[in-house]
Amino acid sequence: MKEFGKYMMFLGTLLVRRETFATYYKLVIEECMQIGVKSIWLFVLVSTFMGAVTTVQTAYNLVTPLVPRYVISQVVREMTVLELAPTIMAIIFAGKIGSSMAGGLGTMRITEQIDALEVMGINSSSYLVLPKIIASMIMYPMLVIFAGVCSIVGGYLVGVFTGILTPTEYILGIRSVFNDYTITFALIKSFVFAFLISSISSFKGYYTQGGALEVGIASTEAVTSSVIAVLLADYFLANLLL
Amino acid sequence: MIKIKNISKSFKDKVVLNSISGEFEKGKTNLIIGSSGTGKSVLLKCIVGLLPPDSGNVFYDLRNFTEADKDVKSEIRREIGMLFQGGALFDSKNVEENVRFPLDILTTMPMDEKMDRVNFCLKRVGLENVNKKMASEISGGMKKRVGIARAMVNNPNYLFCDEPNSGLDPQTSILIDELILEITHEYDITTIVVTHDMNSVLGIGEKIMFLYKGNMLWEGTNHDITHSGVKELDDFVFINKVMRSLKGKTID
Repeated sequence: MKEFGKYMMFLGTLLVRRETFATYYKLVIEECMQIGVKSIWLFVLVSTFMGAVTTVQTAYNLVTPLVPRYVISQVVREMTVLELAPTIMAIIFAGKIGSSMAGGLGTMRITEQIDALEVMGINSSSYLVLPKIIASMIMYPMLVIFAGVCSIVGGYLVGVFTGILTPTEYILGIRSVFNDYTITFALIKSFVFAFLISSISSFKGYYTQGGALEVGIASTEAVTSSVIAVLLADYFLANLLL
Repeated sequence: MIKIKNISKSFKDKVVLNSISGEFEKGKTNLIIGSSGTGKSVLLKCIVGLLPPDSGNVFYDLRNFTEADKDVKSEIRREIGMLFQGGALFDSKNVEENVRFPLDILTTMPMDEKMDRVNFCLKRVGLENVNKKMASEISGGMKKRVGIARAMVNNPNYLFCDEPNSGLDPQTSILIDELILEITHEYDITTIVVTHDMNSVLGIGEKIMFLYKGNMLWEGTNHDITHSGVKELDDFVFINKVMRSLKGKTID
């Protein structure tokens, strides 16, 4: 509870004594490049294989001829949109971006770079962390949309080229009984997850004390805590919004 | 001028600073000296506000920094330049961007004026043609010089240096000391240097505060440190043969 209170106070410090809009704009753009653009290939790779594997495994489990084969792509769509794209990608995001945020801020702390900002009269938490959170909340939903598309394309490629189902069946399954609210739900989840991962990782890194060993520990804790928070939030959002 | 009044600081049960009072004069290099673990850096951090003291007050030219609200503290901090022990240069920026950083954040100066100021400060610390080098590509001595350039770029009224000679060879140490002394006199600022380097103490200690186990035991200048009559200070100063040969003598 003490740690949670400290986290809430940390979030409060992000919004006081802010710098100019132009300063944040530049920092957010830099972070968007770091967080979004440099993560695209990892997301493409993971999500394409995720769609492909989901297609193969769903086909493997559909043993009755009474179920039409287009159901396979329907399952791929639902799993991708509801869970795989926003939640599994959040775990990848925590591992790549969250640990990098915690490690970067932790190193800045132990090398007195954060102290240097404070001495200059700059609110270091707001200057360093707020752009990371904003950039994450801009880029992560985009990455989720991108991952969703790649996953469905991955499923299509594997399904069609291995003869599991025809292109027509795959497209029919993707389009049938489509509820567009699932997209809204996935985007709401991605905003929440982006906030949780970036803020928790920054919190862990910002309060690092000690040396290189502690920076490593902070990075690990950032990933662990972020993943737990994402899974809990996933459960509560599903209960609340579905 | 910076004045501290009854500054105390403890970490859990360990008392690190015990009611320290004193004045740091304008236009002089004021040194805080003492052995490792005696509270020098903690005192410096209390003075600049990186650590809140448990009790006591810090006054910047009669402005009570300790009890000021965040906005006033922020204003005072914008008059401060600080050189950190490891330089504390921003890894993601090159030399020029590091030095320009306070101007980018704290002023609305046009870019050409900023660059003139940056180049002037780099030249002043003896660094030219290194503008585009990253912080990781320069030596420890150069990092300290860049740190000094960054500290002075916004014309501070107060300059703080935390162990400016640590990790440097004796020749570079003396150059850094001379630079700090020159800048202090040239811009008539209040400079506080934390050090345990005896060359610095004798070379630039225009006013010296000696800390021992969290207490201030002696105040004076480099001229009279060799005949202070304080046993703990003598133990600190006359640690080697060269220093022992100066015992009881007045340093010119």
